[in-house]
Amino acid sequence: MTAKNGTDRAGWRDGLRESATFDRPTIHEIRRAAREGVYDIRGGGAKRRVPNFDDLLFLGASVSRYPLEGYRERCDTDVVLGTRFAKKPLHIDIPVTIAGMSFGALSAPAKEALGRGATAMGTSTTTGDGGMTEEERSHSNTLVYQLLPSRYGMNPDDLRRADAIEVVVGQGAKPGGGGMLMGQKISERVAAMRDLPVGIDQRSACRHPDWTGPDDLEIKIEELREITDREKPIFVKVGASRPYYDVALAVKSGADVVVLDGMQGGTAASQEVFIEHVGIPTLAAIPPAVQALVELGMHRKVQLIVSGGIRSGADVAKALALGADAVSIGVAALIAIGDNDPTLEAEYEKIGSAAGFYDDWHEGRDPAGIFTQDEELAARLDPELGGRQLANYLRTLVQETQTLARACGKSRVQNLEPEDLVALTVEAAAMARVPLAGTEWIPGQERY
Amino acid sequence: MSVELAALRTVDLADSGVSSLNGELHAAPAGRWEVSNPAGRHAIAVGLTVPHEVVIEGHVGYYCAGMNQEAAVSVRGNCGVGVAENMMSGTVRIEGDASQAAGASAHGGLIAIDGNAAARCGISLKGGDVVVRGSVGHATGFMAQSGRIVVCGDAGEALGDSIYEARIYVRGDIGGLGADCVAKELREEHRIELGELLEQAGLGDADPREFRRYGSARRLYNFDVDDAV
Repeated sequence: MTAKNGTDRAGWRDGLRESATFDRPTIHEIRRAAREGVYDIRGGGAKRRVPNFDDLLFLGASVSRYPLEGYRERCDTDVVLGTRFAKKPLHIDIPVTIAGMSFGALSAPAKEALGRGATAMGTSTTTGDGGMTEEERSHSNTLVYQLLPSRYGMNPDDLRRADAIEVVVGQGAKPGGGGMLMGQKISERVAAMRDLPVGIDQRSACRHPDWTGPDDLEIKIEELREITDREKPIFVKVGASRPYYDVALAVKSGADVVVLDGMQGGTAASQEVFIEHVGIPTLAAIPPAVQALVELGMHRKVQLIVSGGIRSGADVAKALALGADAVSIGVAALIAIGDNDPTLEAEYEKIGSAAGFYDDWHEGRDPAGIFTQDEELAARLDPELGGRQLANYLRTLVQETQTLARACGKSRVQNLEPEDLVALTVEAAAMARVPLAGTEWIPGQERY
Repeated sequence: MSVELAALRTVDLADSGVSSLNGELHAAPAGRWEVSNPAGRHAIAVGLTVPHEVVIEGHVGYYCAGMNQEAAVSVRGNCGVGVAENMMSGTVRIEGDASQAAGASAHGGLIAIDGNAAARCGISLKGGDVVVRGSVGHATGFMAQSGRIVVCGDAGEALGDSIYEARIYVRGDIGGLGADCVAKELREEHRIELGELLEQAGLGDADPREFRRYGSARRLYNFDVDDAV
């Protein structure tokens, strides 16, 4: 029903006022907790509104700057990752990569679709907890192999056939937390890859088993280089919490590339309280990370990949303008291949959800065939179609990014810079370290 | 199946770097190697893929024989953190003591430690075997998934914390059991496998009947709200 003030609120009646503190989701959660006695687990990233890229605007060229012509003038998008130490750096065509997502959390067709889409656009995909599958290796021209605390499926043969290695310290949805894969998704294949019994809940450790702290990490990275004859770029992925220090320490430890994942970054399964209350927004994480790189003389030498809530070419362009070399997407890529598709509305309803809201990814009942190990459900996802959709989406992101870069007069998307940006809110201005629109004021700084 | 090994090759790490040694080991067919002056250097003889026989004369740093496949690596000294981490197959023998996380996440093969091993020995073990003649530190076998850990001496606190299907055998005293780890009956099949492991590790004189077996109570395999508080 439509309320008098124009809002559409089921249950609204004259004289009833909803509490801002105890709103309906809050009341629902208290009632659920009282009934079930256990914290809520879900997938996805933070749903609360936090300062984000929507709070920034590009200034565009005018009298003092001149723009480049639409799609006609050159605007390069490629990026080389791992130029610091690796004998064989990655050269990808677009500044958007596919983030690490595990086989186990995702179905085999979903991993294949990600590989197909990324490969069509000349970019990379990333494995996840649980090891490398043939589906993703054979369909991904450029594949980044993650070394995670659990070491599920870690195999030196796969290390050598990967194109880069990503040491995962944390992720944006849960800095300081380990992983979860609930028993419903532990099929025989997943169990065999992880060397665990079928059907049990799997806890991925929150700490690596054989190193602690930056001094150890440096030696660990050295070992990985030795095993792979110094060919592979070594990425270090951190969840955004103390990015200035974490990025500096990753550089000190010998990383070729730092992956920085903000709190909007997705997870296949984590506690709601963790997702919503730990870590900092992607927007707030980039400037301190770039500051650390600049102070060490390593900006553009150690590449910075930013992830967590990237949705559009505008987000890509803004992340690059703040100093990232590339971005990484996870949730958006899954939506592109079919997650939360409205045509499945009736099936989402059957499992107590709705298209656009489904986040019980850990339960393995995904009607779209993405977050499941059920063979019947997984077979619903056409990896070729999903791959084409992902390629279309990536193509759109790149077009949008180029459009904005050209408007700012840049012949390479990484030439975008903070000077091209202003903020719409005081909070975003302070976090992004760009001026509030129409002023020269950067909260916390005299001027840029 | 026996493999014909190339002639002995001697490498002095005082003259050549670790990368040079590892590069040679990766490129060469199976052979016998003697490595002198390791001087605590890290990542010696890592990522081997063929049945080399490598003897290292002295102490080594972190991750010696890391991710080993097929090779037999012997260290005539002590070793730093993570010896034979993520080993897939082959054997690694340490004649001295081992630091933390010996055999971490090893998927296969045998790690035999003649001295003691520090904390988190066999952490996250995934099918490998670790046999220690001396004692081990705390959190040995933490989250060990499969494989066997044998301790002829004592074990520290939190033995087998959050263990899955790995089996732990201890002859001496334990400082305490970790979450979900319990003492279990030592049946005949366990005595047989323990005897075989001890024999392989060169400890055939130890009597399997003197050991106790520890493993998972399997109470934490599926989430239960009462386990969270």
